[in-house]
Amino acid sequence: MLPPDEPTAGITCSVNGQDIRTQVPLRRSLVDWLRHDVGLTGSHVGCEHGVCGACHVRVDGQVVRGCLMLAVQADGARIETIEGAADPLTLALQDAFFRHAALQCGFCTPGMILQAAELLAANPTPSRAEVREALSGNYCRCTGYQPIVDAVMAVSADMPARQA
Amino acid sequence: MKPARFDYARPATLAEALALLAQPEAAVLAGGQSLMPMMNLRVARPALLVDINRLPGLGEIRLAGGVLRIGALARHAEVLASPLVAQAAPLLPQALAQVAHAAIRNRGTLGGSLSLADPAAELPACMLALDATLVVASARGERRIPAGAFFHGLYSTALAADELLLAAELPAAAPGWRFAFLEVARRHGDFAMAGVALALGPNAARLALCGVEAGQRRQPAAEAALAAGDPAAAIAALASTDAMDGPDLPAAQRRHLAQVLLRRALAQLEAADAAA
Repeated sequence: MLPPDEPTAGITCSVNGQDIRTQVPLRRSLVDWLRHDVGLTGSHVGCEHGVCGACHVRVDGQVVRGCLMLAVQADGARIETIEGAADPLTLALQDAFFRHAALQCGFCTPGMILQAAELLAANPTPSRAEVREALSGNYCRCTGYQPIVDAVMAVSADMPARQA
Repeated sequence: MKPARFDYARPATLAEALALLAQPEAAVLAGGQSLMPMMNLRVARPALLVDINRLPGLGEIRLAGGVLRIGALARHAEVLASPLVAQAAPLLPQALAQVAHAAIRNRGTLGGSLSLADPAAELPACMLALDATLVVASARGERRIPAGAFFHGLYSTALAADELLLAAELPAAAPGWRFAFLEVARRHGDFAMAGVALALGPNAARLALCGVEAGQRRQPAAEAALAAGDPAAAIAALASTDAMDGPDLPAAQRRHLAQVLLRRALAQLEAADAAA
């Protein structure tokens, strides 16, 4: 809990398509605000210094570290979290992660999926090395990464079929 | 791990930003990809954050009159994808592909990296190898600083407390010049254990390292050897760099890595020449 005299600022933004106008504490990170104040707990807080990637959210369509952006900086922005990411690529990745057992505890999964979706949107046919590079900023402590890369490659392999 | 209290301002004009930066203990918030971790760890405790992310035009990339100008607020991802940069400063995409990770490159800025002057950072070395001029401003006026005079060592630059970096200006790659950036890190995107930024021209060379020495500078002895067409002497010259020493990575290993990377960089340029 922050003290009652904590300085705040007003912001207006959209989160998963819903417009929000509220006051936020100046020093609250975007991911903390989404979790504690908006109630969206799909983005996770791991390292809080930009190393682990568990806090990934989309801001104006780009994946960013939610722990390295302040909520007050989201004023005017369009934010999407894993809860609201309903684009076909994200849904296909969620399904592939399940089929390939690309998660165990699931803590890293929302960040992984948002990052993988950004990769496939830009490059629908990455090599395994390119997938690994794109996910190099996302830590997983369960899977050993191989099934995660398998899942992303499987979605990539299905992409031309889906577009046809 | 939450930051200490701070005031926050989001100026809409450069004049307003520069006036705010004249206040005591003000810090510039650009991409925040280094400042926010430092604040979360409470290594940094600025009294006032001046958020420059909404300043108009500060992220522009343009090429005119043989000069590539990259605005300080240009994101790493934008510079990496820019056709103008690929054409006029082909060293930069090579280096930026190795800067951190995709999500960090979406936010992190050129100006932020140069202003922080982390010894492991790729972009200060690139500015030296590309003979950049850095344009800075304060409420007192604007000045232009050659890259060689901008970097003052470990996390230290020529920027005064009230100054803001506006842009880097790079002479567009001249015909006959070739460029290579190579680094070694424990994981792709991690801090460089050693890196080389090399610009090799006809009877001339510019070479800077990252992750090796605490300060950012060119390597004049190695450059002279390269200009004289003696790559072996250039590689040997890197044996006397003032490498950082630590229990995780001894100075001798950093020096060795720098030498290996220079050898590989030269081989890469030679192979590209042979293929052309």
